[in-house]
Amino acid sequence: MRHFVLVGSGIAALSAAEAIRGVDASARITLASDEPGPFYSRPGLAYLLAGALPERQLSIRSRADVSALRIERIDARVHQVFPALHEVRFTDGRVLGYDRLLIATGASSIAPGFPGADLDGVVGLDGVDDARALVTRAKKARTAVVVGGGSTAIELAEGLQARGVETHYFLRGDRYWARVLDPEESALVEAGVSRTRVTMHRRTEIVRALGRNGRVVAVETNRGDALKCQLIAVAIGVRPRVTLAREAGLEVDRGIVVNERMETSAVDVYAAGDVAQVFDPVLGRAVLDTLWSAAMEQGRAAGLNMAGMPTVFHRHVALNVTRLADIITTVIGDVGGIDDPDLITITRGQSEAWSGAGTGISVVRHDASDRIRIHLNGRTILGAVIMGDQALSLPLTRIIAERVDITPIRDALVERPEALASTLLDFWHSLHPWEHAPYDHHARLAH
Amino acid sequence: MPRKKHLPVDQERLTLLRSARVEPVPGRCVQCGLCSWNCPTGVDVRVYARRGLRVDDPRCIKCGTCIARCPRAVLHFGTISGAVA
Ligand SMILES: Cc1cc2nc3c(=O)[nH]c(=O)nc-3n(C[C@H](O)[C@H](O)[C@H](O)COP(=O)(O)OP(=O)(O)OC[C@H]3O[C@@H](n4cnc5c(N)ncnc54)[C@H](O)[C@@H]3O)c2cc1C
Ligand code: SF4
Ligand code: SF4
Repeated sequence: MRHFVLVGSGIAALSAAEAIRGVDASARITLASDEPGPFYSRPGLAYLLAGALPERQLSIRSRADVSALRIERIDARVHQVFPALHEVRFTDGRVLGYDRLLIATGASSIAPGFPGADLDGVVGLDGVDDARALVTRAKKARTAVVVGGGSTAIELAEGLQARGVETHYFLRGDRYWARVLDPEESALVEAGVSRTRVTMHRRTEIVRALGRNGRVVAVETNRGDALKCQLIAVAIGVRPRVTLAREAGLEVDRGIVVNERMETSAVDVYAAGDVAQVFDPVLGRAVLDTLWSAAMEQGRAAGLNMAGMPTVFHRHVALNVTRLADIITTVIGDVGGIDDPDLITITRGQSEAWSGAGTGISVVRHDASDRIRIHLNGRTILGAVIMGDQALSLPLTRIIAERVDITPIRDALVERPEALASTLLDFWHSLHPWEHAPYDHHARLAH
Repeated sequence: MPRKKHLPVDQERLTLLRSARVEPVPGRCVQCGLCSWNCPTGVDVRVYARRGLRVDDPRCIKCGTCIARCPRAVLHFGTISGAVA
């Protein structure tokens, strides 16, 4: 009987466990994590914070599903990995042998660098513990400051405001999420944020956090002001948790370097999810993703390979959908992003593939609340940002993923951006005459 | 006895509703559970979304709440035949 040890209890480790159990009924599977409790939806934490869901609703598997997996759980932190011995050691000194090991330790928020960042009241949102702590703190706090970018910063700001905390969102630069959005897209989101009564401050940074008895009481900004606050919520980027792998001597770049079978540089050791840096044959380099669906599929591929079923992980086109201030936004492929002063590294729900070559041109269609931007090069669409109406999001995902030659419609796209949607939909229907695009009926049925 | 007055029925809408099912677009779902939490008849929509299956549950009244509440635009109405009615 082979022994599989999985480190982590996120979606990558769970998917690996399910894949292993699916092909090996007799395997011994041990899942070790420093995060006890049921498997849950990490992206759903934003809705727990906002009060839209109770915590138990975040659980992603029924009890029956979990017991059918027959995994042994160890609620402890893995401290060291010894690839040559095929052993892991826990912080409490216990040692556990493995035949195959998966490291799926995810990524964690970067701590901010301003003086006072270690005060009580400076928080991030990585796990359910953080969400619970934020809910408790929000009951007592009157004012909060949010710094950072990406979707997590907005989720923090909206969540705290929804909990009745007067919330201020500081942007270092002129606009929101410049790495992915263009100026008009940023403006749409910013207008939405303002509607939630969060106060936005541009070109504003925390110079230091001021404390009393170890607790945050105010921030001092680069503009020379001081703002009283009891909470500082930070989302300036995440970093893969690579310490275990690095100390074990595995090849580590920004994440744990893996090949297409999710194998690390050490025999019988695999990595998947936010912690893994996976080679992308299309881009010609290894990239980090902090995306739920990528973590799920990498975990599955790792599990199958560990169980002896050779499986190549095909990196899909990077896709993320988020609700930014009530505007559903889909980002697909390479959208020609630029540097973002609010973010030090990759954020949650992001892919490094979004800021690729940046050689394309953009074609934009803009209605009152809906906006579509596509990023083109000579013959293909490299990426797209779709805000509001999502009718084009599946066709565009496929056109981008399959690198469809768009020569027949290229001129029409560039010359008549106002007809972008119908040009693309007609093209889509001509490619797939037997498929209906999702949402075709949607408009007629969902009032 | 006065005859019951029926509201005018949009035949096209009725035909569509009869064969309509909530369908997920695979790859967009983050399993947050908002759809299931808001379904008035208790359908666990999230499970369908995870498996990429259309919602075939007798309790579904095609109210569209799950579709409207999903923060990732995963869900939409499709018809059983898949063809545009
Ligand atoms: C607030 C928030 C919003 C998000 N929104 C989106 C979104 O909209 N779309 C999207 O695609 N993605 C989103 N994400 C990202 C998505 O949740 C992650 O990509 C995904 O959860 C990664 O899964 P994972 O299994 O790789 O890692 P994780 O889920 O991070 O799991 C890692 C696990 O390993 C454990 N661990 C770490 N080190 C050790 C150790 N030494 N010993 C034992 N256990 C250890 C951790 O405690 C944790 O349980 C969001 C994330 C957050 C936090
Ligand atoms: S609400 Fe949407 S994203 Fe959340 S579980 Fe349901 S289908 Fe998935
Ligand atoms: S359409 Fe309405 S009844 Fe049907 S699954 Fe969705 S929320 Fe539930």
